[in-house]
Amino acid sequence: MRIALFATCIVDAMYPDTAHATVKILRRLGHEVIFPENQACCGQMHINSGYMPEALPVVENHISAFDTEGYDVAVAPSGSCVASVRHQHGFLADRLGRPDLKERAARVGARTYELSQLLTDVLGITDAAAELGSYFPQSITYHPSCHGMRSLKLEDRQLNLLKSVAGITVNELPEADQCCGFGGTFSIKNSEVSSAMLEDKVKNICSTNASLCAGGDASCLMHIGGGLSRSGAKPTTLHLANILASTKDEVFLP
Amino acid sequence: MRAKEEILGRIRCALGDGPIPAEIPRAYRTGSLLPDDEVIELLVDRLVDYKAGVLVLDAAQAPQAVAEILHAARTVVYPQGLDTQLLGALPETVELIADGRQRQLSVAELDQADAVITSSAVSIAESGTIILDGSADQGRRAISLVPDHHLCVVPASTIVQLLPEAMERLTITRPLTWISGPSATSDIELERVEGVHGPRTLDVLILRDA
Amino acid sequence: MTHVFLGMPAAGQGNLHASEPFPQAAHHELGNTQLRANLRHATHTIRDKRLKVVGELPDWEELRDAGEAIKNFSMATLEQRLEEFERNFTAAGGTIHWARDAAEANEIVTALIREQQVAEVVKVKSMATQEIGLNEHLEAQGIDAYETDLAELIVQLGHDKPSHILVPAIHRNRTEVRDIFLREMPEVDPELTDDPPRLAEAARRHLRKKFLTAKVAISGANFALADTGTLGVVESEGNGRMCLTLPETLITVMGIEKVLPSWRDLEVFMQLLPRSSTGERMNPYSSLWTGVTPGDGPQNVHLILLDNGRTRALSDRVARSALNCIRCSACMNVCPVYERTGGHAYGSTYPGPIGAILSPLLTGIEAEENNSLPYASSLCGACYEACPVKINIPEILVHLRAEDVDSRRGQARLPSQMDLLMKGGSWALGSGKHLGLLEKALPLGQLAAGRRKKIKKLPGIAAGWTASRDIPAPPSKSFRDQWNAEKRSQ
Repeated sequence: MRIALFATCIVDAMYPDTAHATVKILRRLGHEVIFPENQACCGQMHINSGYMPEALPVVENHISAFDTEGYDVAVAPSGSCVASVRHQHGFLADRLGRPDLKERAARVGARTYELSQLLTDVLGITDAAAELGSYFPQSITYHPSCHGMRSLKLEDRQLNLLKSVAGITVNELPEADQCCGFGGTFSIKNSEVSSAMLEDKVKNICSTNASLCAGGDASCLMHIGGGLSRSGAKPTTLHLANILASTKDEVFLP
Repeated sequence: MRAKEEILGRIRCALGDGPIPAEIPRAYRTGSLLPDDEVIELLVDRLVDYKAGVLVLDAAQAPQAVAEILHAARTVVYPQGLDTQLLGALPETVELIADGRQRQLSVAELDQADAVITSSAVSIAESGTIILDGSADQGRRAISLVPDHHLCVVPASTIVQLLPEAMERLTITRPLTWISGPSATSDIELERVEGVHGPRTLDVLILRDA
Repeated sequence: MTHVFLGMPAAGQGNLHASEPFPQAAHHELGNTQLRANLRHATHTIRDKRLKVVGELPDWEELRDAGEAIKNFSMATLEQRLEEFERNFTAAGGTIHWARDAAEANEIVTALIREQQVAEVVKVKSMATQEIGLNEHLEAQGIDAYETDLAELIVQLGHDKPSHILVPAIHRNRTEVRDIFLREMPEVDPELTDDPPRLAEAARRHLRKKFLTAKVAISGANFALADTGTLGVVESEGNGRMCLTLPETLITVMGIEKVLPSWRDLEVFMQLLPRSSTGERMNPYSSLWTGVTPGDGPQNVHLILLDNGRTRALSDRVARSALNCIRCSACMNVCPVYERTGGHAYGSTYPGPIGAILSPLLTGIEAEENNSLPYASSLCGACYEACPVKINIPEILVHLRAEDVDSRRGQARLPSQMDLLMKGGSWALGSGKHLGLLEKALPLGQLAAGRRKKIKKLPGIAAGWTASRDIPAPPSKSFRDQWNAEKRSQ
């Protein structure tokens, strides 16, 4: 299969390792990965902040980068960016009276997948150790990000993949379904409420004694990681792509 | 009338885009699949969970059970249309007062009564709900409200499993009271506590058909 | 002054406004550790209960679908539904009044009470009367209104404000309730403990005489059934039954959006509401009445149909489904923001996620500080998932944020930092080339992070972020750069 990588802006700029890991996993399965060059961002920061006309060029750019015949499916290592592509782009096009854009958005959305969704539903991977050679000898806990959990209904896809990695110990995170408090510009506009939410997430992560907290959204992980780091807590955060890409020959060291 | 016309005008204006309502999907359960005895069991389970007292008996055993449940009462109110056989085993020391068209008890009199016994119209097993509809054997709403102890008779034939089944048996324009356990509140720390303004004791007699 | 045409939807008045911006209001509440502990305990208790009873029903999703569709149908045909209801309720001996706004509703209620020549009334908990500030109005008119719901009583005796639509005293724990009762109930047993059954008993004794002697009661209504002219109140304690049954006069105040097309629809909503609100299979008591029943209950029965901004909300085609709300409170019980701030931070009668959309929809986004409410959410989506009538609260929040941003565009003012960030972001993220160019500056970020590889302090609007979070040092090269370099070397 020819798979288009939508790196997402935050992974592109801040976590290139995660994009590389995604590429590695897919190549290991024998797929060709392309990177549509003019991609930038899904636009959810603008949309969620209420800046619709400002979101439009961002969304149009994404759609023109991905509304091509040059690939079979697109993948992003992010639940919220995929949720935006699938659900918000049509909403924006509707709002700004752009039926043409809505139609194209639906086409792109229909073949854009979050990483665990692609691996589980499209590529049929159920055992990361056996099928991807994943090996990660550490104890982790796992935070399911809200948009993946609720907008994309990923259910246990990410967690099941993590649990099937060789050498890993997965400690259950108490109150895992609670938002970490990121919410894009929410963490700026309502930074104190956001901090109060983050504080509880940090406490819960520390209570698991895991050495790191894994997840599927770089932005939430940056937020949680920022809170862990500031509070002086030991655990760090890591994207599940990095864990799945880690092998016995090339163990990923966070 | 001006306010009415203005509000209706505002509604017309607000709906200027002409929204077309979709067909209402009613794919939820409307018919019971449980056998009758399991439906009764379910009702018992729900009522007990609400901390109501529940007995399942043959109709012939009812008078004796009524006498036992109300043994401590001095005054008992009942609606005029109640089957008085139910009261047959009560000792003569218990004062029985009928409430009905001929004589409506005052609120103060109701407040003096120790207990009330009524029948019921329909009961829903799944939610543990007994519905009174003001028929002659259930009486007006006040009598099952003011006394602190309500003994409610539920004929087995009036029990259904699901709420939609109960709706078919109700006349909605009668004054209806749906009762699911004794009065309760969750207002302190969202924990349920039984016993506030309504009857603090609810006893239910489920009577198998004779 | 703009021209007001007859029939133009108008803004709601009364207790619907945030008086200070949400972040400021939240700041005060976040500092109250007792409040946070009380809220955490109560919301977590109810979440578990709700999940358990919802999980019991194999057709929960089908019930939600039906509930949503019934409400949409009601809203789309609201005029016919209200006329039909009025006909049936009136034919059964009830009297209907229409109130365009809070002030008109308050006047109608006052006049009806005066007709009965009484100076006190008993009240069943009602959001509509809270919204229009009826108690304050009656007090000013020399009429005492006694709240009879336990939580409302706690709030009233505590000279406090409600903070939750179902359990207005959710911010109080049992010990605080005991202290309020000891202070405010003259006849109370001085040995009263904070055991909830004892507290409930104290409320029973306190209100018993009021119930038994009241001549006039005021209620809200959970439902109005158009095809039969029936009203319904759903409650727990029996205070509702007392008010709806014993007095001679019953005055009900209800928003126009509460009408359901058919009596049959109760079979859907009486499954959705109790499970979503108190987490019970059914609430202890529900009462249904159709006008007047001779010889049973109040013989002088009135209903006030209230607009107060509802038609304004109805005119918003993206957001009108907010009117589908059945006031169950599930959205606030699951909301991580509400859990931390409580209801007072929202200012309005309607707190939590539904309040954050309903209040600005009823009043207009520009009213007082209501434009800060749609931002009081991380858009985590827990509210949408819990809503029994599937109101897409996150989407409406985003819609209202856009209304807010757009409403400020025309104003002559300097752009805010957020405006500039978004404007710049629109350019930077609007093409791969632009983003690529900016990413060339990543080493600057590394420089700022220094040897600790952490950015600990940012200026301006981002200062709140770095108050409790570090930002990691960026990489020296973006993925885009690395990919291109790899491709060139091949």
